[in-house]
Amino acid sequence: MNKAKNYTSVNKKNTKKLLFWTSTWVVSMAIAAFAPRFIWDFNTTLTIIGVLLNIAAGVGMLLANRQYLIDLDEMQRKIMLEAMGLTLGVGLVFGLSYELFEDIKLINSEPEISHVVIVMAITYLIANIKGQRKYQ
Amino acid sequence: MKNRLKVLRAERDWTQAQLAEALGVSRQTINAIEKGKFDPSLPLAFKAARLFSLSIEDIFQEEPEE
Repeated sequence: MNKAKNYTSVNKKNTKKLLFWTSTWVVSMAIAAFAPRFIWDFNTTLTIIGVLLNIAAGVGMLLANRQYLIDLDEMQRKIMLEAMGLTLGVGLVFGLSYELFEDIKLINSEPEISHVVIVMAITYLIANIKGQRKYQ
Repeated sequence: MKNRLKVLRAERDWTQAQLAEALGVSRQTINAIEKGKFDPSLPLAFKAARLFSLSIEDIFQEEPEE
């Protein structure tokens, strides 16, 4: 039996890369958000460097995610695509409705982008689990 | 779509993981194909046919629509 491509090891390597870039992005986001206030007292140069590092880490994360998706097999990619499609739809519908609720005074608090991100993350997680179970 | 993947694999005494590695896919994908829950693409079907030295029709058969 000849080996076409060691799918498992490639997948593990891509997952580790994605974890590294996602962690880096989260840490750099925290630095960009809190360091100007608590560490360098709004020094413009340092703040710009912090933001640029955050954007660079974000690009790294996107590229790692792209490679991860490219190297998935066709069924795993289909599961991911369905989960991402549902997440995008839920994010759009929930995000716009959430914004509208504040405009028409159904809620009093200012809509927060983080709430939409949480809803999207939960949707993606559930859709992914359901997708994996569907093909078990 | 029906397939004989499980039988062909068993004849060669291969595990799902070994077949998955030979075809460059995950073990879950092999399991889903064997159970008829996922239909492989044409390139993957050709790959499987090449691996077993059979034609695609010898491995995969269309199920009549009800």
